[in-house]
Amino acid sequence: MHSLSRHLKNTAVAGAVALGMIAGLAQAATTITGAGSTFVYPILSKWSADYDKKTGSKVNYQSIGSGGGIAQIKAATVHFGASDKPMTPEELSQAGLTQFPVVIGGVVPVVNIPGVEAGKLKLTGPVLADIFLGKITKWNDPAITALNPDIKLDDSLITVVHRSDGSGTTFNWVNYLSKVSDEWKTKVGEGTSVQWPAGVGGKGNEGVAAYVKQIKHSIGYVELAYALQNKMAYTQVKNRDGKFIEPSLASFQAAAASADWSNAKDFYLVITDAPGAKSWPIAASVFVLMYKEPKDAAGTKAALDFFKWSLEHGQAQAKALDYVPLPDALVKQIEAHWKAEIK
Amino acid sequence: MLTHMSSSDPLAVSHGTTAPSRWRSDGRADGIFRWLVAGAATLVLVVLGAAAAAMLWGGRLTFETFGWHFLFSSEWDAVNKQFGAVVPIYGTLVSSLIAMLIAVPVSFGIALFLTEVAPYWLRTPIAAAVELLAGIPSIIYGMWGLFMFVPFMAARVLPWVNQNLGGVPGVGPLFQGPPLGIGMLTAGIVLGIMVIPFISSVMRDVFRAVPASLKESAYALGSTSWEVVWNVVLPYTRSAVVGGIFLGLGRALGETMAVTFVLGNSHQLTASLLMPGNSIAATIANEFTEADSDIYLSSLIALGFLLFIVTFVVLAIARIMLHKLAGKEGNT
Repeated sequence: MHSLSRHLKNTAVAGAVALGMIAGLAQAATTITGAGSTFVYPILSKWSADYDKKTGSKVNYQSIGSGGGIAQIKAATVHFGASDKPMTPEELSQAGLTQFPVVIGGVVPVVNIPGVEAGKLKLTGPVLADIFLGKITKWNDPAITALNPDIKLDDSLITVVHRSDGSGTTFNWVNYLSKVSDEWKTKVGEGTSVQWPAGVGGKGNEGVAAYVKQIKHSIGYVELAYALQNKMAYTQVKNRDGKFIEPSLASFQAAAASADWSNAKDFYLVITDAPGAKSWPIAASVFVLMYKEPKDAAGTKAALDFFKWSLEHGQAQAKALDYVPLPDALVKQIEAHWKAEIK
Repeated sequence: MLTHMSSSDPLAVSHGTTAPSRWRSDGRADGIFRWLVAGAATLVLVVLGAAAAAMLWGGRLTFETFGWHFLFSSEWDAVNKQFGAVVPIYGTLVSSLIAMLIAVPVSFGIALFLTEVAPYWLRTPIAAAVELLAGIPSIIYGMWGLFMFVPFMAARVLPWVNQNLGGVPGVGPLFQGPPLGIGMLTAGIVLGIMVIPFISSVMRDVFRAVPASLKESAYALGSTSWEVVWNVVLPYTRSAVVGGIFLGLGRALGETMAVTFVLGNSHQLTASLLMPGNSIAATIANEFTEADSDIYLSSLIALGFLLFIVTFVVLAIARIMLHKLAGKEGNT
């Protein structure tokens, strides 16, 4: 009997010590939670791994898609949401949210035409819109051959490949087509998923990449990283200043730098069709959404610290993963925005 | 029987229980047992009803907004918030029909071979191989379909189909179109391969359950293997065989991943089987994560409810057909 009670006492003490240790750990290292965009997932997990090593703070990010991210932050189940499509200032103020960009990427057209290598074919925004509208149906259409006098194109039918799932990639792609083609704007419009007038749908960037690789004479659109990793034939696109541009981190960065961020309320700016001689016309930014007056102030503060560290010290990791880090001036602007907006 | 039991049951006496009390406890136990099994069966009905009700409730916004129009519209436009279910319903039915046209005869052949024709040493390995086929995850079928089967269809099969069947009057329009390799026909074939193990293993099991005396009598009368199977085995096992086909059909109607990979996911209604289409399950899987408006989400859940209804109607029609068939046989 005696030994049993001593045993119990020991257990209780050990348990109390263990509990104390857990509580201590929880205080030292908050877990920041976030959800949303799949596009930003690789760089967010790289940043959070490095940040964890440095500070002991963990970031738990669920890549459930931009739409899901917006829903989760509105329900206040996470500290931050991430979306490829910015929310309008009205939507933000209604929900008590604010947003800021964290990283830049870009969407590139990819083609599968025998004999045409990466970076060779030249296209313009209106021609891309007509192809995706199903109006230009053959590769030797005068609109295409006029841009490419040096490339032999035959009368093969064009197969359009688009995303079958809703996605931020699609949002930026159709946003660009809407900006350069009135017909696209009125007939199809813009959104994370649209009613495609033509073509087949692949699931995810990898689905579109697989379809384009398999279907001869097809054209699709993917994030640059997918085009590079799969060695696909991306095309040049004519930008707003009339120059043909190859997609690259440099031309994405030029687009991000030339965008007029300082006049955009709540950073509500889609940087497609950006001005500037060196700008890629279909660059895209990922936005983080947070509460202005969060209930969980400590968690939000921890999340802000994480993004501050990422924006200031995470450029190399971003480049290694084919993302473009934000220009320094924009980072300063974002940090000022935090001070002014988030309590 | 009763006298035998009471006289040769020394246990009842040694425990001091009289016969009436033994009957009472037996009756109680029987009652509990009845409730237990009835509960198990009711649970299925409750789950079924709850699932249908939940989907109907989730899709109520869509049914309120579009009404019957939802069933007859081929529109699927998330930008202008217009939704209709014709394209996915059509794709689900057609791809499953193609799958059954392939899977039923092949499964019958497999089962027939394994029970009547094959030498004994071969039966177990082949049966095991067929069952292994059932264990392959559907995503693997999808990837195999996309990376191996689609190029094969595009390069070898579809150009031939186009040339030789595209001009046939009546069915020609079904087989015209660019040989993309992705589309309703490919999806149907992949689905067919996926459901073969389900149908064939049920068929094999019920064929084996046919009493040997029946078959031996038929053989003794000089029947061929085919005559034995067609006139003795199949009539004897018909309802179980149809049950196996239902199992496969249900799976084909609801299959998601493999179909998504090879169907093309395009919300356009075309007569051609070579063109991409969409199915209910594939649409839901593709679009659920980014459904960013209430009516969009509600329409996807409403599609789920329709899949439920479609499956129910298809199975009901099949059952009625079976009933009619049995009736006719009774008359002759």
